[in-house]
Amino acid sequence: MSKGKLGYFNPQKPQEGRITDIGPCNYGQMLPPVIRRNYGKWTSHRILEPGLLVHVSETGEKAFTVRAAAPRLISVEHIREICDIADKHCNGYVRFTTRNNIEFILEDEAKAKALKKELDSKKHVGGSFKFPTGGTGMGMSNIVHTQGWVHCHTPATDASGPVKATADVLFDEFKNMRLPAKLRIALACCLNMCGAVHCSDIALLGYHRKPPAIDHEVLGKVCEIPLVVAACPLYAIKPITTEDGKKSVTVNNEKCMYCGNCYTMCLGLPLADKEGDGIAILVGGKISNRISMPKFSKVIIPWLPNNTPRWPEVTNVVKKIVEVWSKDANKYERLGDWAGRIGWEKFFEKTGIPFTEKSLDDYRLSVDTYRTSTQFKYTEHAWAVSKAVNGI
Amino acid sequence: MSIPGHEKQWDKEEKEHRKYQDIRIFTDEQLKNYTEDELKKYKCKHDISNLEQLESGPWPSFVSDLKREAVHRHKVGQDNLMIPADIVDDLLGIVELSYKEGETHWKHGGIVGVLGYGGGIVGRYNDQQAKFPNIAHFHTIRVNQPGAKFYTTDWLRGFCDIAEYRGSGLTNLHGSTGDLVILGSFSDQLEPLFFDLTHDLGVDLGGSGGNLRTPSDCIGKARCEFACYDTMALCYDLTMTYQDELHRPAFPYKFKFKFDGCPNGCTASIARSDMSYIGTWKDDIRINQDACKAYAAGEIPADGGGFAGRDWGKFDIQAEVINLCPTQCMKWDGKKMSINNAECNRCMHCIDTMPEALMVGKDQGLSILFGAKAPILEGAQMSCMTIPFMYANAPFTSIKGVVGKVFDWWIEEGKNRERIGETIQRVSLKTFIEVLGIPPMPQMVKEPRSNPYVFFKESEVPGGWDRDINDYRNRHPR
Repeated sequence: MSKGKLGYFNPQKPQEGRITDIGPCNYGQMLPPVIRRNYGKWTSHRILEPGLLVHVSETGEKAFTVRAAAPRLISVEHIREICDIADKHCNGYVRFTTRNNIEFILEDEAKAKALKKELDSKKHVGGSFKFPTGGTGMGMSNIVHTQGWVHCHTPATDASGPVKATADVLFDEFKNMRLPAKLRIALACCLNMCGAVHCSDIALLGYHRKPPAIDHEVLGKVCEIPLVVAACPLYAIKPITTEDGKKSVTVNNEKCMYCGNCYTMCLGLPLADKEGDGIAILVGGKISNRISMPKFSKVIIPWLPNNTPRWPEVTNVVKKIVEVWSKDANKYERLGDWAGRIGWEKFFEKTGIPFTEKSLDDYRLSVDTYRTSTQFKYTEHAWAVSKAVNGI
Repeated sequence: MSIPGHEKQWDKEEKEHRKYQDIRIFTDEQLKNYTEDELKKYKCKHDISNLEQLESGPWPSFVSDLKREAVHRHKVGQDNLMIPADIVDDLLGIVELSYKEGETHWKHGGIVGVLGYGGGIVGRYNDQQAKFPNIAHFHTIRVNQPGAKFYTTDWLRGFCDIAEYRGSGLTNLHGSTGDLVILGSFSDQLEPLFFDLTHDLGVDLGGSGGNLRTPSDCIGKARCEFACYDTMALCYDLTMTYQDELHRPAFPYKFKFKFDGCPNGCTASIARSDMSYIGTWKDDIRINQDACKAYAAGEIPADGGGFAGRDWGKFDIQAEVINLCPTQCMKWDGKKMSINNAECNRCMHCIDTMPEALMVGKDQGLSILFGAKAPILEGAQMSCMTIPFMYANAPFTSIKGVVGKVFDWWIEEGKNRERIGETIQRVSLKTFIEVLGIPPMPQMVKEPRSNPYVFFKESEVPGGWDRDINDYRNRHPR
């Protein structure tokens, strides 16, 4: 590849030698030979131990896969170390999963086990594991996440930090396969959800709690005011002329749900605020069609503070939910299926998470979430209502 | 390389294939230039005490990794880098500031890119330029990943060199949509970077803005017995077919394709793609009766051994498979497994549980669902079952026929920043299926509508809507 400020690019003749629209590298050239020979011929698989899979082909060949975690935000030095390992053990082939795990594919079980041991022995000088193996079967796979304070302009929380803190707390669940079903956790640092977390067993979602501050100085100069007005899903933004004659907007704070769509359209309406911003927790979603249909995650805690660097309020709740679910659920029962079976009132009772007025939906179509049945279970929540009307 | 005739340029199994050595930027001495002792001694020029707390604990620490890159860049030296050698130090510094202040310091993206493209690069600047001059620019370059994220180390090492030389050396493997992401480039480095990506690595940019976003796929037939179509082939073919739509934003908003080989949905297409391709079959689940008996006898572990970490007792086919089948279409008499396939809804539970005894059917294809998106704006949506079954064989002509109808219609009808799921919600599914030219089917809904507010077309009601009030009054005096 080129060196120097401009490399091979000639600004005087920008079209010279330009190649466009060539798309991705063809996948065929990146596949390990055992994959090429058995493409479309696989018949079954087993998980030999956490982090080690074997796939069996109708040809009789086997592919052994060692799976290890990666933090997604990784340096080229880290990738080079992955390449060194892949060169040593896998003839120079490696792949990544949708959930940001690293997968090394081998043809020999003993060699795969040796690689696994090597991966589990590697540590950063700071003390954490570099390539812990696991993330298979009925355990927690890697936590997918977004950019957060490392790189994004709209976050209500960081991404890499709370994910590291949560994964530290649940590390044993990544290393083991002892849960009732798969556990999929995801974090998105704002409602835009560039990592779609809304169908996860546990979703951590950055959430602003203050309407935008309005920068009258620049708003009319740099933003298309009609587009800003139209951007608001709750019609809370109106155009105004300020007292000193500037074109700007006003926000009806009572209507605002802090979604930040106006800020995406216009830099004059920032939402970020230390006291306002934090994390909402949603649980019980899934994307698999196994047994039950895919489900959305449900809000169980509307907001917890960004208590850096470890977000203890968040990780404590997550740990508690996983413990209660793991103990109480039937085999094969995803978190949302379990909560649906025992009833969400029992979910709140067993986890000790408070059910507040904010847990009652007050957005559009909220009526769909109201329980229109006499089927319920008694919990302290129910007795509190009965007492409030002097019913008992 | 995807230029016709160059598809095998990086193929290690071919003679004359391209190697890392052919394109490398850094020497071996430059790459292996620091010791573990130097890593331990590294001290960031900014206070990063909050972040350093995240070096403890077992999970791989991104902070430790960033510090390693910082050390490496210092040792490589500014003369050998086109981006500030201290860029990672300043990044650590500004993130630490956010950890102290609880607010991001990244500004709205500016419009940056390469000639002829409207997407693929996201401009990024911070609001602390005086304090952190080395991250004055921190642009994101989205690079279209290969199918199912398989790599040769030759290619990946080349990628590392350019991401370090003309970027910060920090990446996302991978971005949420699937791209390889180079973080932290400067505006003047984008054209030279693009030139080398296309010429030397044989790879193109991904999508951003109102265009087709980089399609992504599950591992499919490459290493999964559940895959009902060749996800990698279809993903690659459609990515190549719609290069113009991917690079030059002409859509109302983003549009995502994702390819899942089976209803397990490892790529989460049903939750996060506007057009979800999910593998399925239309004949019978294949049964190996001997293997069923082996499962019953406890000789083969459930879910391939995925429950091995806890003692769940002896595997019980009746309780764990037959009784959990959502359609109750299976029977096990102690010796023989039978399935009433006409009643099966292909949820995958029995196959997931007993992969050595049960296999997906042989007559395979895919379902197409439309409209998934995250909450912004009108609330989260999952994709809606629209086309129950299509064969998915190259050259995928029928599938492209559907895509063409969808693009043509949505470009006209979609409002600014409206995902197709919202457009469908606004104009109704009824209108959308007219666009596709398909009849309605009960599989499109969870249950029939409960409100009777049905809109009729004037042509459907005899006599139309123009009525003579006098004629009415003749029959019904005031």
